[in-house]
Amino acid sequence: MQERAIFAGFGGQGVMSMGKLLTYAGMIEGKEVSWLPSYGPEMRGGTANCHVTVSDAPIGSPIITNDATCLIAMNLPSLLKFESDVVAGGIIFVNSSLIDNKVSRDDVHAYYVPANEIANELGNLKVANMVMLGAYLKAMHPVKEGSVIETFHKLFTGAKEKLIPMNEEALKRGADCIVIA
Amino acid sequence: MAKVLMKGNEAIGAAAIKAGCKYFFGYPITPQNEIPEYMSRELPKVGGVFLQAESEVAAINMVYGAAGCGVRVMTSSSSPGIALKQEGISYIAGAELPCVIVNISRGGPGLGSIQPAQSDYYQSTRGGGNGDYFHPVYAPASIQESVDLMQEAFDVADRYRTPVMVLGDGMIGQMMEPVEFFEREAEKTEKPWATNGTKGKRKPNIINSLFIDPQALEDHNHRLEEKFELMKKNEVRVETFNLEDAEVVCVAYGTTARIVKNAIEICKNEGIQVGLIRPITLWPFPEAAFEEVSDKTKAYLSVEMSMGQMIDDVKIAVAGERPVEFYGRSGGMIPTPEGVVGKIKSILGRE
Repeated sequence: MQERAIFAGFGGQGVMSMGKLLTYAGMIEGKEVSWLPSYGPEMRGGTANCHVTVSDAPIGSPIITNDATCLIAMNLPSLLKFESDVVAGGIIFVNSSLIDNKVSRDDVHAYYVPANEIANELGNLKVANMVMLGAYLKAMHPVKEGSVIETFHKLFTGAKEKLIPMNEEALKRGADCIVIA
Repeated sequence: MAKVLMKGNEAIGAAAIKAGCKYFFGYPITPQNEIPEYMSRELPKVGGVFLQAESEVAAINMVYGAAGCGVRVMTSSSSPGIALKQEGISYIAGAELPCVIVNISRGGPGLGSIQPAQSDYYQSTRGGGNGDYFHPVYAPASIQESVDLMQEAFDVADRYRTPVMVLGDGMIGQMMEPVEFFEREAEKTEKPWATNGTKGKRKPNIINSLFIDPQALEDHNHRLEEKFELMKKNEVRVETFNLEDAEVVCVAYGTTARIVKNAIEICKNEGIQVGLIRPITLWPFPEAAFEEVSDKTKAYLSVEMSMGQMIDDVKIAVAGERPVEFYGRSGGMIPTPEGVVGKIKSILGRE
């Protein structure tokens, strides 16, 4: 198994965190992992993305170009920019709260998740990323949901500990959006 | 110790502290800023000193001073910042002092870009500074290797009284991978030459790179040369991969070597055998590894994130026995496995 996912959105949507959680959870499970962020002279509100590889075998290049198994697009520019990087038969997760467009390719599968709406229902827009991560985990299960929850407990300590239940709920609500036939 | 997930830059800082580095002098520049950030937070906790200098030139001269006192000291920067430090590095090499210099390199020339590049190969291995000198250059390809080599770098610096460079690129600096810190005792080296106070018991030590008498300087150069030969004999590090049946042997270092490994996998699936020589030390260059190559190998391919610099060392090692080809991207563009595969096929005439 080698999962190569691109998480993309605008700065502040928590795309780096989504990637890190997946990476961390993979590490907990003893898998080979790498997390490569985009970096550069970006402006506030500009685009942000990270490449995450979770693999059973040692990882060669951590860069994902034209061979992503998955794209998680949190906003429209991300979908337009990375849509073509997904392999045929790959999966694209679209944050349908912010993206009206449909995926233009017919050789990939798309899931549409209203992540912002669900996050708002939960009372905090910031967990939209966890809603998307929940949907992604349910559909792809590159790591166990339990490993991600374990990661929450490792990363959210002290004053942040109180955020765990809401994040767990966000994962669940995201997962509920995925109906696998 | 369990594995932890760390960004390359932070892991490099953590490894330095584990190796007994107590002093850091630097000046900010992307994409290495997490190193000074980490050191500024962590060094005071171990009784060390972090100091942001007024410039790169000041920082490297502070390293020169601290190294002269016999303590473990480092600096880090990125390409144009390392260029500014070359004067000091030459002085430190001339005065035979141990220190570690980290270059998380970016595109050039000039201010260039902040994206990953390997266009500092000449600067690193040929000395951007003046005079007859070399220093070891380590080129890690993963975060784990960065950590291991940082600890090694401090030991080697002390053992040979030499500056040692660790050369990563923006990708190594910014990427996160699991790392494990192996507890290893820092090698203890006596430093009777250090200017750390005579305490009234010995003659003052003098640290200097100036020799007025030409004969004295030539003698010094000969002594340095002996040291360089010793390092060439003892400190070469290299990884070889899939050399036995390789029709083409790629030569690549750092993150580029990982891209090449993906290319090798693609070629294998298409029935083309490709090998890899990955220099872990760029200086001393692993020339002996080229003798392991089999008769089946038709050509070498140097793959770099530059317009072609390491290819010179490959040609020296190959000594004209086989053709040496080049594939590279520059300016912060990153080679793709497909691009490397395309070049390999064109070398073999199998488009």
